[in-house]
Amino acid sequence: MMFVPGNNPGMMADAHIYGPDSIMLDLEDSVTMTEKDTARLLVYNALKSVDYGDTEMVVRINPLNTPYGKKDIEAVVKAGVHVIRMPKTETAEEVIEVEREIEKVERELGCVGRTKIMAAIESALGVVNAYAIATASPRMMGIALGAEDYCANLKTQRTPGGDELRLARETIVVAARAAGIDALDTVYSNLDDMETFRKEVEFIHTLGFDGKSIINPRQIEVVNEVFAPTQKAIEKARTIIAAIREAERKGSGVIAVNGKMVDRPVVIRAQRTIDLAIASGIIKKEEENV
Amino acid sequence: MEMKVAQAGTLESGDILVRITPSQESGLEINLDSTVAYQFGAQIKKVIADTLGELGVTGVRVDATDKGALDCTVRARVTAAAVRATGCDVWKD
Repeated sequence: MMFVPGNNPGMMADAHIYGPDSIMLDLEDSVTMTEKDTARLLVYNALKSVDYGDTEMVVRINPLNTPYGKKDIEAVVKAGVHVIRMPKTETAEEVIEVEREIEKVERELGCVGRTKIMAAIESALGVVNAYAIATASPRMMGIALGAEDYCANLKTQRTPGGDELRLARETIVVAARAAGIDALDTVYSNLDDMETFRKEVEFIHTLGFDGKSIINPRQIEVVNEVFAPTQKAIEKARTIIAAIREAERKGSGVIAVNGKMVDRPVVIRAQRTIDLAIASGIIKKEEENV
Repeated sequence: MEMKVAQAGTLESGDILVRITPSQESGLEINLDSTVAYQFGAQIKKVIADTLGELGVTGVRVDATDKGALDCTVRARVTAAAVRATGCDVWKD
């Protein structure tokens, strides 16, 4: 998910050219108080007019307890945004309140249920309530860590190793998995240190995150390299999927591939490998018969 | 509709700075300075005029400095300037 300031039309127009999976147009922290109105109109018009192709379009709104939040929701829902990202989410009630505002606009438009919600967790209270937030609405499609505000709230600071984020990251992944939604990691802001960035992406991939937030197109390649499955893993996954299909056809129960028992978790992992390979563009969906 | 001088936008690449000034005349006067005026000047002026027409804003002079903005950016900046100039949310979906 690539962050793009909502008051920069040049970047908003070009962002999808670099091929991120999703683009988050920001109306919150990257926009000054005096430009909230103009940024909202820019984002609205860009969403209505720019052809972003298959890119998932997300807008980070201002909180509802500001004068901007409700207007942000009205504008971006009317523009047909895919996902509204809530900043600094601390409770399930906040999600329900945003859902209520979304639904008000969707009823007017006759498209109830179209807009999904992602919540950014950026405080200790948010981490404690992660599962409640993740399950607060059927519109919830993901939860994400916002590390800068989280560290400030925790009275610590970010380090290259990320020890200060470990509990939050693990909690968010577990909450997202339990809720059946996506987990997205925070941004890494030092563009001059791609080595540490790669290590961080590898680490969060190991933890189970579904993706990484990025602030520059230069970071896309690293994320794709880390998240894309290897050719060997794809072949293994294909073998497992083929074996399980064959077993289903024959009506047999437990199967083995290369002498190893294949049970449900193995099949789920194999399917995820194929899904990731398709998402990374390594293989084509139509070739997999999925 | 009572109006004041207002502007929106920047001089950064891909953007347009739009300034709206109330005029004694009833029509619309557009002064455009654009890096791509030769190819797209007429189109940019049309987007400005159409946007203000849809918003019901007349009797103004528009001074616009364009740095290669897309039509959607021109619409957004003109709308924002009009909202600021009128002091009310003239913006409609």
